[in-house]
This record gives sequence, structure tokens and C-alpha cells, in this order.
Amino acid sequence: MHRRQWMAALRTPVGAVAAGLVAVLVVLAIIGPAIWGDAAGTTDMGSINAPPSAENPLGTDALGRDILARVLVATRTSLGLALAATAIGVTIGLVLGTLPSVLGRRSGRAVVTLVNFLVAFPGLLLALFFAAIFGVGARGAVAAIGLASAPAFARLVQTLSATVAGRDYVAAARIAGVGRARLVGRHILPNIAEPLVVSATTGAGAALLAFAGLSFLGLGVQAPTYDWGRLLGEGLSHIYINPVAALAPGVAVVTAGLAFALFGEASAAALGLRATRAPVTPRPPVEGLAWAGGEDSDVGTPPEDVVLDVQNLTVAFGAGAGAVRAVDGVSLTIRRNEAVGLVGESGSGKSLTALSVAGLAPEPAVVAADRLHVNGCSVLGASDRQLATELGTSVAVVFQDPATSLNPSMRVGRQLAEVVEEHEGASRSAALAEAVQRLRSVRIPAAQRRATQFPYEFSGGMRQRAMIGMGLMGQPSLIVADEPTTALDVTVQRQVLRLLRDVQRETGAALLLISHDIAVVSQMCERVAVMYAGRIVEELPVSDLMNAAHPYTRALLASVPDMSVDLERELATIPGQPPEPARRPVGCAFAPRCAFADEQCTAEDPPLAELAAGRHAACWHPQTTVAVPEVAPSRMGGH
Amino acid sequence: MSQALEPAPPARYVGAVPTNPWVRFLARRLGRLVLSLYVVVTASFLMIHLVPGDPVRAALGLNAPPDLVAARRESLGLNDPLLTQYADYLWGVLTGDLGTSMISNLPVATIIGDRLPSTAALGVLAFGTVMLIAIPLGLGMAVLTRSGRRRGSELGFTSTAASVSAIPDFLLAVGFIFVFGVTLDLLPVAGRGGPESFILPVLALALGPALALSRILRVEALRVLGEDFVRTARAKRLRVRRIYLRHVFPNALTAMLTIGGLLLGAMLVGTVLVENVFAWPGLGMTIVSAITQKDYPLVQGTILVYGAAVLLLNLLVDIMLALTDPRSTIRES
Repeated sequence: MHRRQWMAALRTPVGAVAAGLVAVLVVLAIIGPAIWGDAAGTTDMGSINAPPSAENPLGTDALGRDILARVLVATRTSLGLALAATAIGVTIGLVLGTLPSVLGRRSGRAVVTLVNFLVAFPGLLLALFFAAIFGVGARGAVAAIGLASAPAFARLVQTLSATVAGRDYVAAARIAGVGRARLVGRHILPNIAEPLVVSATTGAGAALLAFAGLSFLGLGVQAPTYDWGRLLGEGLSHIYINPVAALAPGVAVVTAGLAFALFGEASAAALGLRATRAPVTPRPPVEGLAWAGGEDSDVGTPPEDVVLDVQNLTVAFGAGAGAVRAVDGVSLTIRRNEAVGLVGESGSGKSLTALSVAGLAPEPAVVAADRLHVNGCSVLGASDRQLATELGTSVAVVFQDPATSLNPSMRVGRQLAEVVEEHEGASRSAALAEAVQRLRSVRIPAAQRRATQFPYEFSGGMRQRAMIGMGLMGQPSLIVADEPTTALDVTVQRQVLRLLRDVQRETGAALLLISHDIAVVSQMCERVAVMYAGRIVEELPVSDLMNAAHPYTRALLASVPDMSVDLERELATIPGQPPEPARRPVGCAFAPRCAFADEQCTAEDPPLAELAAGRHAACWHPQTTVAVPEVAPSRMGGH
Repeated sequence: MSQALEPAPPARYVGAVPTNPWVRFLARRLGRLVLSLYVVVTASFLMIHLVPGDPVRAALGLNAPPDLVAARRESLGLNDPLLTQYADYLWGVLTGDLGTSMISNLPVATIIGDRLPSTAALGVLAFGTVMLIAIPLGLGMAVLTRSGRRRGSELGFTSTAASVSAIPDFLLAVGFIFVFGVTLDLLPVAGRGGPESFILPVLALALGPALALSRILRVEALRVLGEDFVRTARAKRLRVRRIYLRHVFPNALTAMLTIGGLLLGAMLVGTVLVENVFAWPGLGMTIVSAITQKDYPLVQGTILVYGAAVLLLNLLVDIMLALTDPRSTIRES
């Protein structure tokens, strides 16, 4: 398994290139001095600091020695010293990192604190500290860099050990009486070996760079030994005469450092150690919200008090033939003071409908409609500025999850005040005062103090009420509530719903309430539209719910439990699953789950037909004769 | 309209100490700073005693006359008991006396005082440059590449930024000297002079961290763009600039500050290397020559200064983190 994963690392282009480079470096380190050692050591006082030529591709240094040969030969020293330093660092890091697991609580804690303290200092500073103690020279530098890199490794080992130590098999071993040292050796170490090796690879790259730095400063290898850093230092003093002498070792250092770093990264990715972003399949770029279908067709002019006028709304993902329609031909009309509920299972497209109506469909979605008017103004094809002026204060949106829908790093009062600052040009203090008033009106106690608090200091119900208050900052004529109480406790749900209803009554706004819970909708709304697989399959007044005609609506109603249900019976469910938007069957989408389906249902898709005044159903066999038995008229409907 | 002002929340008292979370946080953090500074002072004190062999002999050379060595030992107080030396050293640090250089006989504090301003100027300018580059670049790239737009630019930016930030600062410095000094002869490459002399050193220090931070900021900003509260901000129809500056950026700061703190600490110490490349008259050159010449009192002093600077930087980062993420101060308690 492990070998396969390492092989996978080599298969990525980055991993292959990096592995190749590392291999070349290792080969150079081994054979370099043998092949070019002489050329690197031969002085030629006749041509010192010569520019590149055929004989010396990179020129010569201050003693006439060939630079290219010296760079190649220096590979062994540079690489060897870096690896030695890394080995020291890893070893000490291992000891320091596993010590807390072996020692008792107190001493373990002390070690952890020490490591945390050391990690805060940059490696170079620690290296300089130890270099001062051990003195200049290769040996001192190796010790210095090794000790300087130890804290970082120790920290890593600590984290990894803690993860492993928390696993079940370690707990089992501990209960079985396995001693601490054995625990570390047998259980912890083998399981952290792989990530540690990967880290060591990256660490080797860092050590290489650090060594180059120290040698460059004259604190690393001393003459006559040389490594890339030293060559760099020598070349720098003659950079005006022969710049290649300085650049060549620099390039070597960077290449080698990158090779190790990239190899470490590729290995980490292959071993699944790092959360790499999965390659996202390219989507056609969408500029803002793509409102396709620019000019809306005139399907009759609606009466004056219609707030929301939607005709044939389609929301699709992807383009062309492969486009998936999550919302397929939805039409809806809501008047002032009217509350309409949109009910459906997850995936029915109800949330997407609500977001599209408010102009907030997510980026890749393509929204089209014959007509999409809010307060008589078209939302289709409108620019951002037009949307801001038209919808800014007239549409209030209440989202599902109050915990994530408020900016966690901005005070609640300011988030409310923003609305009038932006759209009505109010001054900061005036806006804040109004925000406090709003918070009071949505029944948040101590509103003045609450306005200065952050969202995390609010409870869930309070946050949702604050969101409602935020929508009220303008003068909304349409409130779109997308599952406003789903994320709240049942007891808080009632409060928030009641607040929503009162707010709607006071402002006379239209309300579009999305929910999967038909009971909630029936308590809040006058009309309800039932969605299934992206389409509206039934639309009827809430007072008439007991006479629902569509089998899906009837099944939804039957599945709502109440206190009078026989406890011995199983909970009523609708067998099966709704179809995926990409795999909508021919004919009625509900047919596979419907008790009344026949050949016509599977062959043809029923249109949304009017059954009576204000009642529509998309069904070939609407159940109009018998009322839904489980729905007691007293329980449903009415406000 | 009467607006009853609610009374300010009563300060909670434990004994006689007000437990305002900010005060608690600052007190705790400053306490930790003092403790860390104490450890750094102790470590720098121990340096001279950890040197294998005789530090004075190592500094003066193997052939130094024994009475000179003895005299030096005496003047450095190395013959006193360890604890006495420790106490003297601590007292010296508190009163600003960091000893005397073994090589030049000047007070260490004076040498440091002469050289520190140049390094500090470099550091502050580099820090400002990092912020000036990273924030607009990161946010700008986030705006340009949101929702999978401009994949080519995204790839180009990421790979360029990754490659350049992988090059250590002193190598960048050498590269700059080659391009702007040797080839173009446009900018001064040695010593501190007028404003132009700052350009290359600051750039060499700041470029790597700036590009690394801009990458992080871009990724964080894109993550925040997908959060629910940005959708709420869009629902409020706020103008785009406000959404990015007030809603996206503050919430993308935490990751940037955390990693930024590490990068800036490394950059601070990177001045040692860059100063030596450009012959910049700062502490960097001082510490290298001090280590080479085994001038231990001077080494102790400069290590102390660098260590304290890193600790102060960490404190600054912690305070900024606490400011931008209000939950952090409370959670610590």
C-alpha cells in the first residue's frame, strides 16, 4: 500500500520532476568530486576572474579555478551537510516530541511548553545562537542548524503523536497495561514515520538554504572546504567582474532547495497528508448573475398590488444540452399582505426558487424566466446598481442558518445599520439608532447593549430575530424566508414564526415562506405551493388542504404525525426518493412513488391545470373525491 | 421620543480586580512576554558559558599571553561564581549595561545603539512593503479568480508567487544586485545612502513574504466569499467595495495574521543576511563579525536584541489577532 502511494507521488508531473532533480543531485554528490575534483582544484593564475568561455563555461574564480567544476563538486558538501543537519534535527525532534507521551503529566507539559517557546523563534536566530557557541566551521554549523530545526520537528512529532495517541488501538493497548515506552516504540512511532519522512524531506530543503546562508556569511564551511554558500560569498565580491560566479551557486542552491521542497509536497499530497484542493472541473465563466432571456415577454399586466410576479422561472446549471434544470418552469404570484408557502423535500428546488426571486442565485446558476418582477420592476437583466436601488430596501431575506448568516467579526448593530447607511445615505449614528429601534421591535431585550455585541454572543433564536430585524431596516414589500426555523429549537421556532407573522401584518409586506414542513407553512400562510423535482405540482389555499388533490401533497400531509395518531402504527412515510435533477424521468416525476400511477403518468408529464378557482394541480389523476383522512380540519389552516 | 439608555453592563468583580476580558488578556499576554524575555536574557547569558573551552582564549587567540587572558577574564567577571555573574548580568540588562566588546573595548550598548536604527529602518520599511503588496494583490486576485474565473491567471499567479517566495532573501538580493546593479546600473547596491539605497534591500526582504502572504490571502478571501454571511451582505445589496472591505477582508485576516507573524519574524532575522549582501551598516553585519571574531559580549547583546524584537513582534501579532477575532480573547479565559 505504501509503495503504491509513493509511486503515485512520482506520477504527478510536479512529483516526477522533483524526484528526478533529487536523483540528479544525489548522483552528482556521489560522483561529482571524482569526475570534476581535479578541475575544481586546479588553479590558473593566468586567467583569474575570467568571464565565461568555451574552456570555462562559467568562468573562473579569484584563483583561476573553473567555476562550473567547483559548483558541481560542491554538491556533495552542500547536500551532505544539509542532510546531516536534518538528521540531527529529526532525531532531537523525535526525542523531544515523544517525550511528553512517555513522561508523566507535569514533565510532559514542561517539555511541550519548552518546544512551544522555541518554535516561536525563527530558525536562523537559533542557528546564529548555536553558531556562536559552537564556533565557525562546518561542524559547528551542522550542529547549529540541526539544533535550530529540532523544535519545529518536535512540534510536528508532538501533534502527530497526539493524534495517534487518541486513537482506539492505543487506548486499548494502554488498558491492556502496555508500558509507556513500549507504547511509543510499537504504536506511535511506526504510525508517524511516513508524515515525518515527508517533513524531513521538506526540512532538508530548508536546511540546505540555511546552510547556504551561514556559509555565505562566513560562519559555515571554512576554506579550503567549499560549498555553494561559500562559493556564493566568494563570487559576490567579484560580481561586477564576473557575475556568473555568484549567480551559478545561487541557482544551484535554489534548484536544490526547490527540488526537496517540491518532492516533500508531492509526497505529502500523494499520501493524503495535506488537504489539496481537488481539481474543480472548469465551468463556463459567468459574469455576475447570468440573467438569460433578457427581455421578458408580456404575459399580461398584473394588477397593482402584486408584489412578486414570476412566470416560468428556470434555474439551470451548466450550459447547452447537458444543462441540469434544478427549477423548471415555476410560476408564482404574491400580492401585498399575502403569505405564500413553498413546500417540498430537499432537492425539490424550493430554496433555489426563493434565492432566484431575490436575485441571489449562486454564481454558476443560469436563471431565466418569461417574467420576474418585484414591485413591477424586472429583476432579469438588471445591473447590480439597478438591483441595489430596486431590491435594496424592498426585499428582505431571512436565511436558514442564523449561525453562519451573520458576519462573525462585525457587531450586530452595525450589520443592521449598514442597510440604511448604504441605501438611504443615513449617518452612522442615525443608522445605529435606527438599528437599536429595530432590534427592540423584533423583541430583543436590552437592545442598546445587544447592538454592540457580536453574533456569537447571541442565541440562535435571537440571531434569527436580528436577521428579521435586518430585513426590516428598509421598508420591505417582500419578505423571502428560506427555512427560517429549521435550524432552531422547536420552542424557539414558535417565537420566530409568530414574530414573522406579526412583522408581515404590521408592514403589509408579502411573504414567501420556504419550508419542508407543511405544518409550519399551513400555520403561517394563506396559500401553499407544493414543489417536486423542480416543478410546482399543486397550488391551493391552506384552508382547503384537507382536500388536496395531488397524491404527493396528500402523502406529505399524511406523513405529519400528531398527538392522536395510534402509537402502534409505524410513522407514515413516502417510499422511494425524489429523482436527481439530472435524471428526471419521462412523464410525471412522482410516478415511481405514486400509488395511483398508470401508463399515462409514466409517458406524459402532466401540466399544472386549474381544478377550481385558486386551485391548480399537475396530475393525471387528481384525488378530488376523498378528503385526506389524517388531516383534521381543526389542526390545519387558519392563523 | 424618549430613548431610555440602558445602564452600562456592570463590571464583574472578583475580589477587587475588574475582570474585563481585554484587561485579562493584556495582563496575561504581557506576563508571558516578560517571562519569555527573561528566558531570552538567561539564554544569552549562558551563551558565553556554553562555549566549549575557554571563551577568552578563543577570542584572543591561542598564542595570547596568559596574563592578558587572565586580565580579560577578570574584567569580564568570569572568575566570579556563576550566580554572581548571572545577577550582575540581569542587573546590567535592566540598567542598559550590556557589557563591553572584547575586540573594540566599546560598550556593547553603544555599538548596538549606533547600528540598530539602520536595521530598524530596514525592518519597518520591509514590513510596510509586505502589507502594501500582499493585501491589494491577494484581494485583487481573489476578486479576479472567484468562482473559477480566469484559471490561467490563477495558475500563473500561484506558480510565480510560489517560485519567487521559495527563493531565500539573500539569493534574491544577489539577483537584484546583478540585474539592477551590474546590468542596468540603476540603483545603489552597497551601503546606506539616500532613499534609493533602501529600495533593493527592502525589496529583497519583502518580496518573498509578500507573495507568500498574497497567496494565502487570496485563498482565504475565496473561502470567505463562499460563506453564508457574504450571501447575506449581497442580499442587503451593499456595494461591492463595502462587501470586500468590511465583510470579506476582516474574516480572511486571521489566517493571514497567523502565518504573517511567522513570516515577519523570519524576515526580521533575514535582515542579517540581506545586510551582509548590501554592506548595510546595521546589526546584521555587527553580529556576523562578532561571531567570527568571538566577541562574546557583543554577540550576547545582539542576540538579545533580535530575540526581544521577535518576542515583541509576536505580541503585536497576538494583539492584532485578538482585535480582529473577538472570540479569541474571550475563549482564552
